[in-house]
Amino acid sequence: MDLFATVLKRDLKLAFRRWSELANPLLFFLVVTAIFPLALPPSAPELEVLGTGILWVAALLSSLLGLDGLFRNDADDGSLEQLLLSPAPFSIVVLAKVVAHWISSAVPLVGLVPVVALSFYLPGDALGVLVVALLLATPTISILVALGAALTVSLKNAASVIGLLILPLCAPLLIFGTRATDFAAHGESAVGPLYLLAALAMLAISLGPIAIAAAVRVGLE
Amino acid sequence: MKLPRWFHMLGSPPHVYALAGRVSPWIGALGCTLIVVGVGWGLGFAPTDYVQSEVYRIIYIHPQTAYVSMQAYVLLAVAAGIGFIWRIKLAHAVAVSAAPIGASFTFCALVTGSIWGAPTWGTFWEWGDPRIMFELLLLFLFLGYMALRAAFDDRDKADRVSAILGVVGVVNVPIIHYSVIWWTTLHQGPSITGLDDPSIDSSMLWPFLLMMFGFMFFFFWLLLERLRAEIVVREQGARWLTDLMAGGKT
Amino acid sequence: MNQPAGVLEARDVDVWRGERCLVRGLSFALHAGQMALVVGPNGAGKTSLLRLLAGLAPCVAGRITWNSVAVLDVPPEGRGEIVYRGHLDALKKDLTVEENIAFCAALRRQPHGFDGLLAALGLRELKDRQVRFLSAGQRRRTGLACMRVAAARLWLLDEPLTNLDSAGRDTVRGWLEEHLRSGGLAVVATHEPGELARPGTILVEL
Repeated sequence: MDLFATVLKRDLKLAFRRWSELANPLLFFLVVTAIFPLALPPSAPELEVLGTGILWVAALLSSLLGLDGLFRNDADDGSLEQLLLSPAPFSIVVLAKVVAHWISSAVPLVGLVPVVALSFYLPGDALGVLVVALLLATPTISILVALGAALTVSLKNAASVIGLLILPLCAPLLIFGTRATDFAAHGESAVGPLYLLAALAMLAISLGPIAIAAAVRVGLE
Repeated sequence: MKLPRWFHMLGSPPHVYALAGRVSPWIGALGCTLIVVGVGWGLGFAPTDYVQSEVYRIIYIHPQTAYVSMQAYVLLAVAAGIGFIWRIKLAHAVAVSAAPIGASFTFCALVTGSIWGAPTWGTFWEWGDPRIMFELLLLFLFLGYMALRAAFDDRDKADRVSAILGVVGVVNVPIIHYSVIWWTTLHQGPSITGLDDPSIDSSMLWPFLLMMFGFMFFFFWLLLERLRAEIVVREQGARWLTDLMAGGKT
Repeated sequence: MNQPAGVLEARDVDVWRGERCLVRGLSFALHAGQMALVVGPNGAGKTSLLRLLAGLAPCVAGRITWNSVAVLDVPPEGRGEIVYRGHLDALKKDLTVEENIAFCAALRRQPHGFDGLLAALGLRELKDRQVRFLSAGQRRRTGLACMRVAAARLWLLDEPLTNLDSAGRDTVRGWLEEHLRSGGLAVVATHEPGELARPGTILVEL
């Protein structure tokens, strides 16, 4: 576990030293949510209905942007091989990298979403549920995105294929996340979908790193 | 533990190539016969449904394609998993062969589903139906698997990386399935009532089952033929293959 | 810690790169205090062989063992005995020289004290500089420092002399000398076997 902390600290340090790369997915999220209303009639009711979905899809898409920092950069300069050969189970190292990625990319996003949500007329009472749902869904998204990055780590031009690999697997998260938000917005109990999101997060965190580690190992051969 | 001889032979390309060559015509013939009989029975002799009248007869095609498409994905993932864990190249060959066939069946399920939907729901495509959404996502899983394979130059690496995707996908298939059902039941009741009724009359059940097995054998026939082609591609330059080709037999 | 003998053994190993077999049936055994130089023209499979020895890729045929355990099966705790440095320097451009070396030390669970090492490599003045501002030779020196702090028994080095000036080469030679004398092992892929060869060196020609 000491190596988990070592790798986590290093990846966070690297992430915050390249703050512009951290900011890009956030800006992308803002731009997507800003151009959506332009594609709709300029009146409030549609936005009220569609707002939750737009928020979640934009958050999902923006999380696909920052995945080069996960494995690609380390693979290009050779340090991924060093991590692979380190005296710790590789899935632990992988988990540390995913956690670092989650802290540096998902957490700022979770901070940003409620602000945009207010502009989409989401009732203030539902904001808490939205944040909790995002905090429960983003670990699974990070694991899946990391899986996509790991599967394509040895490919030169991977961006086009990763979306096809990952987005279908994200469908349940989208369903539970938007339902939880909508329930809360209509004053119903959102506990059910939140539990389901938590269950998926547990599943992803426990099994995901094994698959990711295997994919990186094969990719580097 | 000593494994039986036939188990080891399943890992040897020449043996499997020959075995598939011998078995495949029989499976193909069986599948086609079942389908011909099933189509004749289902379309010609089975009674008319009193809710959906003649339109219901697509029940002899559509559920079967959907069922086989799911079976194909599970088979793909199991074969890929076996290939990954025990490093059996032939298992990867099976997974690779299953992918395009499974994708085609998924596509057929979507097309026949929308043909059915047009007269019964009044629309070709209903985003709110869980089965359509599930089949669509399944199609994307197949396409993602194939796209990932196509992106690699090195076949061995493509085998092993795509195997991981296949296994992760098959863990996700039930999750996607149930989440999609949960999603739609919040909005509306089940879209079709006739299909969910388990008390199907035996005069309709028999052709239904005939078609089910017919499609399954048809799938395995295609799979074996593709597998043979895949083995030929993979074993290019191997001694047994050169000898076989020189002998004029395929 | 009670150290086992330290034997690296390759038996009937085939070296593949992608779908091409480069070398067939390679065998050698390396014992404590011995060095093997892997030589051969470009594309002969030197790097591929080193990666096999490091356990980064599986053997298609043959068997490579470290203390009679297949290298791919060496448990994580035992991997600390082996250090591999490829032709990439494995440095993060956004971290300083010192941070890079400190991370490598922490990754190998080694103590955080390497001022002497920095001085020996002439990196002391550069230690707070980000790696992106270093020259190729300075990067290679930093990479070698990362290798050194791992304190491993078996060194697997791919072209360690590239980009180094004569002082740097002397340092590497000195390290190897000292490492082998204290019972270490080394496999070095190189184009300049004359620079590194010493009595008792095994030459692996590909």
